[in-house]
Amino acid sequence: MAAIPRTLGAIVTAPLTWIARAIDPPLRWWQRLTGLNGMAAVFLLPNLAIFGVFVLFPLVLNVVYSMTAGTNILLGDRSFVGLDQYQRLLTCEDYTQAITCREDMFWTAAGNTFFFVVLQVSMMILVSTITALILNRNIRGRGFFRAVFFFPVLLSPVVVGLIWRWILQRQGLLNLIMVNLGMEPEVWLNDRAYAFTATIGVSVWAHMGFYTLILLAGLQAIPKDLYEAAEMDGTPPARVFWRITLPLLGPNLAVVLVLALIRGVQIFDEVYVLTGGGPGTSTLYLTQYIYEVGFASILRNPGLAAAASILMGLVLVVLTLVQLGLSRRNEQRGSRQ
Amino acid sequence: MKLATSLAALAVAGLGTAALAQDDPVELRMMWYSDGIEGEVMQDLLDRFEEQNPDIDVVLDNVAYQVIQEQLPIQLASGQGPDIARVTNLKEQAQHWLDLREHVEDPAYWDENFGNRFDWMREDGSDAIPGFLTQLTMVGGFANRTLFEQAGVEIPGDDATWDEWVEASDQVAQDQGLVAAFAVDRSGHRISGPNVSYGGDYIGEDGMPAEIDDGTMEYVTKLVNWTKEGKQLPEIWVSAAGTTYRSGADDFINAQIPFLYSGSWQVANLSTKIGDAFDWVAIGSPCGDVGCSGLAGGAALVGIKYTDHPEEVARVMDYLASEEVVREFSERTLFLPAHQGVVEAGGLDFQSEDPNVPPALERFVQASNETLPAADALPAWKWANAYYGALVTRISQAMAGEITLEEARELMNRDIADVVQNASQ
Repeated sequence: MAAIPRTLGAIVTAPLTWIARAIDPPLRWWQRLTGLNGMAAVFLLPNLAIFGVFVLFPLVLNVVYSMTAGTNILLGDRSFVGLDQYQRLLTCEDYTQAITCREDMFWTAAGNTFFFVVLQVSMMILVSTITALILNRNIRGRGFFRAVFFFPVLLSPVVVGLIWRWILQRQGLLNLIMVNLGMEPEVWLNDRAYAFTATIGVSVWAHMGFYTLILLAGLQAIPKDLYEAAEMDGTPPARVFWRITLPLLGPNLAVVLVLALIRGVQIFDEVYVLTGGGPGTSTLYLTQYIYEVGFASILRNPGLAAAASILMGLVLVVLTLVQLGLSRRNEQRGSRQ
Repeated sequence: MKLATSLAALAVAGLGTAALAQDDPVELRMMWYSDGIEGEVMQDLLDRFEEQNPDIDVVLDNVAYQVIQEQLPIQLASGQGPDIARVTNLKEQAQHWLDLREHVEDPAYWDENFGNRFDWMREDGSDAIPGFLTQLTMVGGFANRTLFEQAGVEIPGDDATWDEWVEASDQVAQDQGLVAAFAVDRSGHRISGPNVSYGGDYIGEDGMPAEIDDGTMEYVTKLVNWTKEGKQLPEIWVSAAGTTYRSGADDFINAQIPFLYSGSWQVANLSTKIGDAFDWVAIGSPCGDVGCSGLAGGAALVGIKYTDHPEEVARVMDYLASEEVVREFSERTLFLPAHQGVVEAGGLDFQSEDPNVPPALERFVQASNETLPAADALPAWKWANAYYGALVTRISQAMAGEITLEEARELMNRDIADVVQNASQ
């Protein structure tokens, strides 16, 4: 009979111990049969199974869907059309004019996403870097400000979208303030430029805390003696920033760049709540296009949505490969140092 | 011995559980959305049903209208879904409705009282009983009488045109410093009555979608121009992409616009939310060149054919479709009934102390007699939604200045053709 556990730790670990004892004999038998490599397979299997069921299988299924047509959802009820959906998405008379494309909404969304990503990622890196530099200084209330900048990251994207919609709508907080200051109110979300800028600003506000944290960690990892040496040499602060801080922050900036790029391409929820893709299609981004075509629209076309998502996935694969390349280069550089 | 005792105990426990399971009521899920107070009324009716039928437990799942429009179709297409649902997309999803003919107590009662609109919600050529309309709806407008009076502008008469209505509303908006003159709900369904009033006809001679005609374009052009001129509230149509539905009701309720074009289902909503803040009237549909047509429609309660309990579903439906329950539901929700017996008997005692409500409902009943044949054909037409979706998507782009009206026309034709082609694959 097993001894009765007496301490809290023993009570917690007791079930695990019993499980370990129960599975020990079959594992030993398996190890004898297959050797150490076989054991590796056993331990990898649960993760591989989860990956296979929740990532690989849906991915393959999506590829298959992208080669089918019809309004039915069940694969068996859909007709195989090969690469027709891709052809439809990629056919254009003039690639600089979305309206001339067979699937003009896709190209409008792709163009919007491109400009959004370029501007949003630039803004994100700039704002996050400045914020991290400020928070890295020995300012009063540093802990409080770190929490304040990180707080929006904890909010649901839908909440973020709603908050900013209430601020920016015709009778929103911003117009209320402007009217009280004697200014003319603006219909921010009905103007193409304002609405596009708002989606960038809101997404930067919502996510910058996360990137600031990564950059802050990078800043704190820079050895203090480098700054002390520079100070002793009388190096101007700007030169210290360009010659010491920025190069040593490079690996973190690279991570931030790629992560921000990937998240930028995937932008959806807060923008969907904030602008609904409008005015017109000026803030219609790729993920919303896919969602609309696949699920929301009365003109639903799951095959076309699947093909568009595969094309978007390819862009994300390229960005991920860049991130992996940069990470490996940093690791190699680190190991050489 | 111990083993035998344990097995015996397990067997007794198992039998007990099975016996309990047999006494458990059958659980049915009803997916329901509300425009006003109808969810509360339905819950009340279901509570009463459950008292009379303790073997059935109906769980009312109150969801947003968007769930009905976007998530339910996906569930249905994959062979799942609730047992009963309240839907507005009646014809296009008809293949998923349970045929109640073999399950209801008296199919003749159903045919007699709801049969004239079964074609709206069953596949062409079918004689199925798919469910019943919980309400008959009629697209139409509302005017803020208080604002018109304050502005000293006379409310246009019954035969006033769209131009006259927009002109009068614009005068009110300017006089009262309002943000816009009017709003039409962002929906292809909503603008189809006006399109028909200007001579539009969506249905080709072969029953398939016709190309967008000049009649449709005439109203669409007016709507786009009014929006560009700031007369129509831009938040409704311009501030969204795709086919997203947006209603102007909240802006009307907040007295931001003097004229709203929506439909009869808003009566309870307006009455509840406006209270005595201002007086409002239902105005039917403004006129075009060939008529003053709105568009009939409705929300229906349908059984879903993937249910495991068709008999129980039919019992619930029999109860809810009974004359006295339909009458009570209509009187409490302020919805127009679609039950022939209730309509013919008349004398509905709509339960509202709001003096704006009875004339509004009467006006909508009157408006239902003013619809044109091209509009009457749409609720039972398979491709209506293809048309509605294309209209909303492209008109919004034209309003935002992204495309011209001619380009919009071309793209709408292409979108509709794409839907037809995709559906045929």
